[in-house]
Parts: sequence; structure tokens; C-alpha cells
Amino acid sequence: MIARLSAYERVGRFAAIAGAALVLLSVMLPWAYGKRALDDMTYFFGPSPLQLCGAGVAAVCLAALIAGLVALPGRGPTMLCWNDMARVGGIGLAFYVGAVLVAVAVATGGLVNVEAGGWLAFGGAVLAALGGLTLPDSPQATLSHFLTPSWGQIAAIVVAIASALFAAAAAVNQGDVEDFVVFGVWLAAAIFLVRASGVFAWLSLAAAGNRQVLVMAAFVAAFAFPFTQNGSDANMSVAAQVLTFAGTAIGLNIVVGLVGLLDLGYIAFLGAGAFTAAVLSKSAFATLSVDLPFPVVVVISGTVASLLGLLIGTPTLRVSGDYLAIVTLAFGEIFRITMNNLDGTDGPNITHGSNGVPGIPNLNLFGFDFGQSHEILGVTLTRHANYYMLLLVVIALIIVVFTNLNHSRIGRGWVAIREDEMAAEAMGVNTFALKLLAFAGGAFLAGVAGSVKAYTDTSVSPDQYVFLESAFLLAAVVLGGMGTVMGVLIGATILKLLPEKLRFFDDYRLLLFGALMVLMMRFRPEGIIADERRQLEFHDEDEELAEDVETELVVHQAHHNLEGGKRS
Amino acid sequence: MTMTVHEAVARRRTADRTVLLEASDVTMRFGGLTAVNNVSLKVHYGEIVGLIGPNGAGKTTFFNCLTGLYKPTSGRVALEGEKLPPKPRQVVAAGVARTFQNIRLFHNMTALENVMVGMYCRTKANAVDAILRLPRHRAEERAATKAARKWLAFVGLTPAADVLSRNLPYGDQRRLEIARALATSPKLLLLDEPTAGMNPNETRQAEELIFRIRDLGLAILVIEHDMRFIFNLCDTVSCLVQGEVLVCGTGAEVQSDPRVIEAYLGSPQLEDEDDA
Ligand SMILES: Nc1ncnc2c1ncn2[C@@H]1O[C@H](COP(=O)(O)OP(=O)(O)O)[C@@H](O)[C@H]1O
Ligand SMILES: [Mg+2]
Repeated sequence: MIARLSAYERVGRFAAIAGAALVLLSVMLPWAYGKRALDDMTYFFGPSPLQLCGAGVAAVCLAALIAGLVALPGRGPTMLCWNDMARVGGIGLAFYVGAVLVAVAVATGGLVNVEAGGWLAFGGAVLAALGGLTLPDSPQATLSHFLTPSWGQIAAIVVAIASALFAAAAAVNQGDVEDFVVFGVWLAAAIFLVRASGVFAWLSLAAAGNRQVLVMAAFVAAFAFPFTQNGSDANMSVAAQVLTFAGTAIGLNIVVGLVGLLDLGYIAFLGAGAFTAAVLSKSAFATLSVDLPFPVVVVISGTVASLLGLLIGTPTLRVSGDYLAIVTLAFGEIFRITMNNLDGTDGPNITHGSNGVPGIPNLNLFGFDFGQSHEILGVTLTRHANYYMLLLVVIALIIVVFTNLNHSRIGRGWVAIREDEMAAEAMGVNTFALKLLAFAGGAFLAGVAGSVKAYTDTSVSPDQYVFLESAFLLAAVVLGGMGTVMGVLIGATILKLLPEKLRFFDDYRLLLFGALMVLMMRFRPEGIIADERRQLEFHDEDEELAEDVETELVVHQAHHNLEGGKRS
Repeated sequence: MTMTVHEAVARRRTADRTVLLEASDVTMRFGGLTAVNNVSLKVHYGEIVGLIGPNGAGKTTFFNCLTGLYKPTSGRVALEGEKLPPKPRQVVAAGVARTFQNIRLFHNMTALENVMVGMYCRTKANAVDAILRLPRHRAEERAATKAARKWLAFVGLTPAADVLSRNLPYGDQRRLEIARALATSPKLLLLDEPTAGMNPNETRQAEELIFRIRDLGLAILVIEHDMRFIFNLCDTVSCLVQGEVLVCGTGAEVQSDPRVIEAYLGSPQLEDEDDA
């Protein structure tokens, strides 16, 4: 059986096996001298959690290499893409061990503090990566033949979501910069490894067939997240910021992703909502302070933002895209400057100028005080955890609005506008009204997010709503995937979480994001989680992709018809 | 001169029908260029009217004037006696639909979705209906899907319903454009060179399709270069040369007019082929 391998591949495969085995063995040795580095990798026969993580990838890689031997190409399709797994696993392992060594060097002041075990692991990982590169591509995985039992699909979805929750909690809990980065590299390696295996493709099919389960599981996981952060208000504050940012970005995604308009001043709508809520609040500095129930305040904030959207959209949406970008850019600045000038000297006093409105009191809904920590199931839910829960409800509503609009005659009109605006108009689509609806609707959602943000932050001031924030919102949409909810959630998490956790890199933050965006535009312009149609728009000549997308669209369409049929 | 049976039928048909579309003295200038000059034309209910003329004669420009894509420099277009509204989508709502000479489908949408975009102007569900999935949204979605499938079946594209329109063969794309236009429930269908680039077999199918559309009770104004089609199948034909109506009459009349033969049939026919 082994004789059927080409000589080249044989050398590569056995080199990779040896490499992965070396990494596995090396975790029994200390990797670093000095306990300060990462999570104490100084023990013989006592691997640290991060070492175990590496061992996990190595073990899967090794298993894939051996399984690939048994299931040789030419013997038909295999259940998983063993060779691809081995190759990607080897490369990921090399990156991971490399990151560990660099982190050790940074934390302890030099590569001298890397112990023999660390070098052994690195050598093994590089060997595994190089060996993996010689392997031929795997045949198509046949995992999808096993899709049938629905309990299996549901279990897989639940496991996937639970792993995501676990990973997110672990990432947020990494205290030091080095730990966070190393864990991040490991997570990326693990995700790419699973993706290479073909499991993701299978999971996305399963998810398409069990949408309700997926959504339920995702929300249960999201609600469970604060319980993994026992009492850490700092982490929950970051999480709340991520949610606010993500909610706003989904609103922007209607404008950018669904209709294809460029809005460079979107943060102004978040600001409009936040200022409205602040001015109406019971803060000592609020100028309008009226006693309204919170849901009413939310609706008013959204309405104010969408009125601004109408104001700016009505004259500009008739002109083409480039003008719109410039006008919205200017609008964002005008908003900030206006908020600065409504201070009593340059204009009527509404916002207290650059001081803004501080001291916004905490919400109290149905007797639940958002300012207090609460003990639930033995876990302390801090102030920010309370707001996180509220934001989850808000973001759920935003997602419902986004998806339901997307899958309706309005959503079809938006796609048509994106594809050929003139033809859409000539087929009876009211393109102007649809663009305006997207603009005002997106603004409404941002305004809603802003009103909750005002209470979460307890203060609102103009300097929070600068152009850079608009740019980051747009980056979240483009990075995550135009037109998808999941993509934007991921994009927003990356763009908000990384700067919080990597304060160390603060000076280089913009440089890093710039580099990230350039890389994305070069290698995956459609974003991390791509909308099928959007993907096609970016790869216009790719006929093969066009066929694939067709199949996926049909699966999704079938699903939506099914859903409609079930409900009616 | 003896009349063929066909001509006799055609004459009778034109005689007792009322006017559906009436364009009077439509002129369209682009700077110094007069692309359409004082063109008048009538389309009666249930009639197929042909529009012929050499390349650059202003046929497509005239269509654009009728459908609101261009605002004519002067002249008047009326549908059932009422002046047509200015915007393209209002023209569609009034009951005039069109196809394009260079196919303009929504390429990354499936055939079914393309046709459903055509239903847009005949459906009413607003954002609130869609967000809350209210009965109006659901009923309309069901009805629109059903109607769109019906139109796909009508043009013979049922098997292609879920194919992205970019993946369809050329002839099917032209038929899909017709289905999309039909989905707007028009009274008058404007077809801009519906058989351009088709092989003889496809052309015959297209002709047969256009007849079936007429049998639904729609009037059709069609720009065509295929002489057999124009002269045998159109009730009346107008020949446009350099933006002006040269001759207007039955197929036979136009065909035998020496000016038409000189301006159109004489030489430039080959030129038209590469226009496709
Ligand atoms: N938007 C425009 N701007 C300037 N000239 C135009 C425009 N559209 C059409 N034309 C000109 O009008 C004339 C008629 O073109 P067209 O209507 O496309 O001819 P046909 O469809 O009969 O072949 C051509 O000379 C063309 O160049
Ligand atoms: Mg033309």
C-alpha cells in the first residue's frame, strides 16, 4: 500500500509524521526558562495549558497523516480531507510554536530563555509543515453523505457553538498580551485545521437545514458568556462594547452590504441616538430631561437618527456612489462639530459642547437595577454584564430586521439595484425610495444602539464620534463580509477585541489594521464570511464559483420556502 | 394587387382596434445630433408593430424615450389617451415593459429571482410587513413566487428557475428578459432586437413566443432585423431612417417601397449582424 506513494511524497509524509511526533513529545520537556513567560512552561512531564494546546494540534495533524496513509488517493473519496488537514495543521503548528518562542523571548528578555524542548518543538513543527507541503491535495470529503440523522446535525451545531463560546471566553480571559496573541495564533491554527478537514462545509449544510437550532444555540451561548466571566466587569465592559459596535455595523451593513452604498459618516447616527438618549435622560446635565419609559427613549433615539438619515439621504441618494461617500464623510464631521457647538456660547445649550452629558443614571427596568451586581446561579453578574444582556436583546432585534428585510421583495430590490440600478428602475423598482429606506433604516438601528450605549457608558461626548470610528465600522463590515450577519459579528469582534487586548500595540494599531485590510483586499476581498452573491461580484470570471454559488443559493432558497410554508 | 390572407387579417385587426400607445412628434436631440426627429407612431390593442431601420437610425433611442429612460426634447407619448409619466418605474407601473438590445439581466440572481424583481411594482408589502413577517408579506411572497414560476414556464425556462442568470445560455437569457418584463403585467411590451445573435432555430422559437404573448392580449412593439419575421408577422411596420419615419404601413407596403429598399435593404444589412 505504501509502495504506491511517490518517492517525493513518501519522504515528505514520513518527515511530517516525525515532525508532528516530535512536537507531541516535546511538550513533556520544558519550553522556557523562567515562569514569567506565558503560562509557566518550565516543567518536565507537566505540560502547561498552552503546551497542551500545541500538543492537540500536533496530535490531530499526526492522526491525519496516518489516516492519509491508509486512505490513499486513488481509492476514491475519503471521509475527511486528510492531506489538506495534515498540511494546514503542520503550517499552523509552525506558526504557533514560532509565536510561543517569540513570546517567551519577549517576556523573559531573549531567546536564550527558550529551553531545548521549545527548540525541539519548533524543529518538529517546521518539519511537519515542510513535509505537509509535499502532500497532494485531498479528494473531496464525503462527510456530507453522513448528514442524514437530524439529531447528529443538531448535536454538531451545539458542539460547534459551545466550542466557539469556550474559545471566546478563553481568549477574553487571557490576561497578558503575549498569552492573548499566542492563544489567538493557536485559535487561528485550529480553525484553519478544522476548515481544511471539510467539517465546516458539512457544518454549514447542517446549519442551513437547522436554522432555528443554530440561532437558538448561538443566543444561548451568548447569554451564557457572562457566566464564564465570574465577576470580571472589565471583560464584560469590552464585551458590551463589542456588541454595541457589532449592532451598529449590522445597521451599516444594510447600506453597504445589501444596497452597495458607501457611507463614511455612519458613526454620526450612533451619536445621534446616544445624544438623544442622554439629553432625555435624568442626568443632572441633561437639558431636556423628561421622564419617559426606556423603550420610548429607544424609539425616539432611533427616529431622530433616521430623520437625520432622511435629511442627508434625500438630496444625495439621487447622485452616484462617489458623491455619497464624500457627502456622508462631511456629514459625520458636521455632526461632531455641531454637537461641540451646541454648548450655550456658539449655539443653544443642548449638549454642553465638548463636555457632553456625563452622569447618566443607570437603567431600572421592571425593578431590575442595571447599576448593581446580581448573583445568579452562584455567578456574579456585574453592571456591564447587565448591559451586555440588554444589548443582546437589542442586537437580536437588529438581526431580525436585517435578515427579514434581506429576504423580502425589498431585499430583492436592493440586490437588483446593486447589480444594475438602471435596469432595476426600468423594471419598475423604485430605486430612490429603496435606497432611502436602507439609509434611514440603517440609521434607525444605529440610533437604537446609540441609546443603549449612552446608558452603558454613562456619558456621551462629541469626541467619541470621530471619523476614525466610522472607518472602523466600515472596516468591520468589509473585513467580516458584506451582506452577512455572521461575518459582521466576527469582523466587529476582531476590530473591537484586538485593540482592547493589545493596548501594548496602541501606537501601531492603525498600521496593523491598514496591513490587515490590504491583505484582505488582496486575498479575500469578499470578507471572512462571504455572502454568496457578493463573492461572485468580486470574482466575476470564476465560472466554477458561479456554479457552486448557484447550488448554495438554491439550498438557502429551499430553506426559506420551507420556513415560509411551515409558518403559514 | 392581390392581398395575402395574412395581410387581410392584419388589416381587419388594425381597423377595428382602438389605440393603445400613441407617440406624437417625438424628438430627441443629443447636443447637435438629432437621434429621433418628429417620430409619430400608433400601437393598437393586440397588435404587433415592427420598427425597422439601419443601425444608428434611432430605434433604441425612441424606445428609451417611450420608457422614460430619456426625456424627449419635445413630443408627447400617451398610453390609452393618458400622457405617460416621466420616470421609468412609473412607465412600468402604467403598463409598458421592455427588454434591452444588450441584455441587462441581474446576473448574480437566479432566473426566478430575476422574474420576481419584475413583480416588484405589482406588490405592496412594505418594510414593516417584511420585518414582522405579516400576512401581507407572506401572501404576496407566495403569490409572487407562483406567478414568477408561471412566467418562467410560459417562456419555457422552468428547468432553469434556480440557475443564476449569468450561467444561462444566450438564447435563454433573452427569453428570461422577456419573462421578467411580462412579470410587470404590461399592456404593451417593447422588444429591442429579441432575436439578435440567435441561430435560426432559436429565432423561430422566439417568434413563436412573441405570438403567444400577443395571444395573451398584449400589444407588442418590436425592433427587428429579421425580414421574414417583420414582413410576415407584424401587423404594421414603421421604417426609421436617420431619426425620421420614412414609411409606415403593412409589411408588404413597406417591403415594396423603393425608399426603404434603398435606405435599408440595399446595403447595410450585413452591418446589423455584428450589432448583436
Ligand atoms: N445617450 C446618448 N448620447 C449621445 N448620443 C446618443 C445617445 N444614445 C444614442 N445616441 C446616438 O443616437 C443615434 C441613434 O442610436 P440608437 O437609437 O442606438 O440607434 P439604433 O438602435 O437604431 O441602432 C446614434 O447615432 C447614437 O450614437
Ligand atoms: Mg438599437
